[in-house]
Amino acid sequence: MKKLIDQEKVIKNMTGRLVKNNFFKFLFFLATVFGLIVLVVLLYRIFTQAIGWLDMDFLQNFASRRPEEAGIKAALIGSLWLMVIVAPLSLILGVGTAIYLEEYAKKNRFTDFIQTNISNLAGVPSIVFGLLGLTVFVRGMGLERSVISAGLTMSLLVLPVIVVAAQEAIRAVPNQLREASYGMGATKWQTIYRIVLPAAIPGILTGSILALSRAIGETAPLVVIGIPTFIAYLPKSIFDTFTVMPMQIYNWTGRPQEEFQHVAAAGIVVLLFVLIVMNSIAVFIRNKFQKRF
Amino acid sequence: MELTVTKERTERKKMNEVKGEKAVVYRTKNLNLWYGEHHALKNIDLDIYENEVTAIIGPSGCGKSTYIKTLNRMIELVPNVRTSGEIMYRGRNIFDKSYRVEELRTQVGMVFQKPNPFPKSIYDNIAYGPRIHGIRDKKILDEIVERSLRGAAIWDEVKDRLHENAYGLSGGQQQRLCIARCLAIEPDVILMDEPTSALDPISTLKVEELVQELKKNYSIIIVTHNMQQAARISDKTAFFLNGEVIEYTDTDKLFSNPSDKRTEDYITGRFG
Repeated sequence: MKKLIDQEKVIKNMTGRLVKNNFFKFLFFLATVFGLIVLVVLLYRIFTQAIGWLDMDFLQNFASRRPEEAGIKAALIGSLWLMVIVAPLSLILGVGTAIYLEEYAKKNRFTDFIQTNISNLAGVPSIVFGLLGLTVFVRGMGLERSVISAGLTMSLLVLPVIVVAAQEAIRAVPNQLREASYGMGATKWQTIYRIVLPAAIPGILTGSILALSRAIGETAPLVVIGIPTFIAYLPKSIFDTFTVMPMQIYNWTGRPQEEFQHVAAAGIVVLLFVLIVMNSIAVFIRNKFQKRF
Repeated sequence: MELTVTKERTERKKMNEVKGEKAVVYRTKNLNLWYGEHHALKNIDLDIYENEVTAIIGPSGCGKSTYIKTLNRMIELVPNVRTSGEIMYRGRNIFDKSYRVEELRTQVGMVFQKPNPFPKSIYDNIAYGPRIHGIRDKKILDEIVERSLRGAAIWDEVKDRLHENAYGLSGGQQQRLCIARCLAIEPDVILMDEPTSALDPISTLKVEELVQELKKNYSIIIVTHNMQQAARISDKTAFFLNGEVIEYTDTDKLFSNPSDKRTEDYITGRFG
């Protein structure tokens, strides 16, 4: 039988193939390193600027005209207040919606329509949500520039992301686990609560924390609903006005005095720290619930 | 092994002859089922008897899995399924509006093609069924777990690692764990949908021996691709082809002296 593959040619091509192989490996490594370098430069600049400015006074003082006395207290507490509203609200609504769409809703044109709209909402610019919040919550419901207005607006902003992430996580739970549960006479709710949700929690949390991190760093919608940046007191209830860290940092970077650049850097470090804490909690819960199928 | 099984079988037959008529567990009358436009089950009439192993054989796509999934209404999880006719389980039509599907499934356990333990500990896997039915008492749960695992002949292999994840077990052990999980709800009937198709020969043998053990207390309906398996373990065999029951009779008779040409062609390996 005549050989269709010429072994000599195969050997001759080998070098070229291996060179290409290594080239792509190097290319992808470079892509990773690029991101890392940028991150390191960014962190280095911020930390060197913040050094000396970040101390207990900075955490305990309110905003001030004098850079030495300026502190982040109002904004830090304000951001935490915002999270207290946004986290439970967007998680309950988002995961609830995802469960309904994945487990209960019949697949038809109507659910397809809802699905498409949710995915599109996830891509709507945040400033548009700000306008919505201004119209509906600040003016329509007369909630003013309060914690609750901002919280509701931010919840709407991150809701689509949480819904989509939770849907993905729920869909990734193998169907055979549901079948096993139903096969023993479990109700739908028992199956969701005892089988689907525990298996989906790692995925749901990963998506949700990313969404909440976005909410804590977002300024545009809050600018639109008129959240102030200079505030020298803490909110006493969710109907009081307040400010948040990114707004405060934005305000500092716009000041003419050079010292305020250092104050802003210190603020950024605090913001990063809060983000890291939030992510660590997510990683911790994720590892605790991590399951393999 | 062969010998004791045959002996058991003859003894059982004698016993049944003394008792006279055997109780019917499932009586299927004129069952039709459609997936959308596709007519998957056609005019099925089938009686399934108590404490017997009923095997369902047939080529791929003949509707045997569809039929067994209809018996506990698991088929309703598939969208666009329509049925007509009736399936009487212990005298009640399972399609009745008043028949709650959860209630049916506490009586009719199911073992699936691929082992599907929950990503939980061995103990929690077995205790899942009793727990969802409201049993909280730790003592009772402990007893159920032990009894079910013994019933599925896996107790000795896992008794020292009850609180380890079930995914650490081998495929064959996982399948017996799933059988044990099914026993834990103390069902009346056990449906098995090709329970050994994903297992190696030794695990398959263990599951087959187990089926022989279990039929003393349960009625078993088993779908299988493997004709030797049907011949080895079942009392009655139904041959399905293109959504119809071609032949349904005693296993010995079906394999030694089939009355339909198509059955003969299938069991002699001429198609399928």
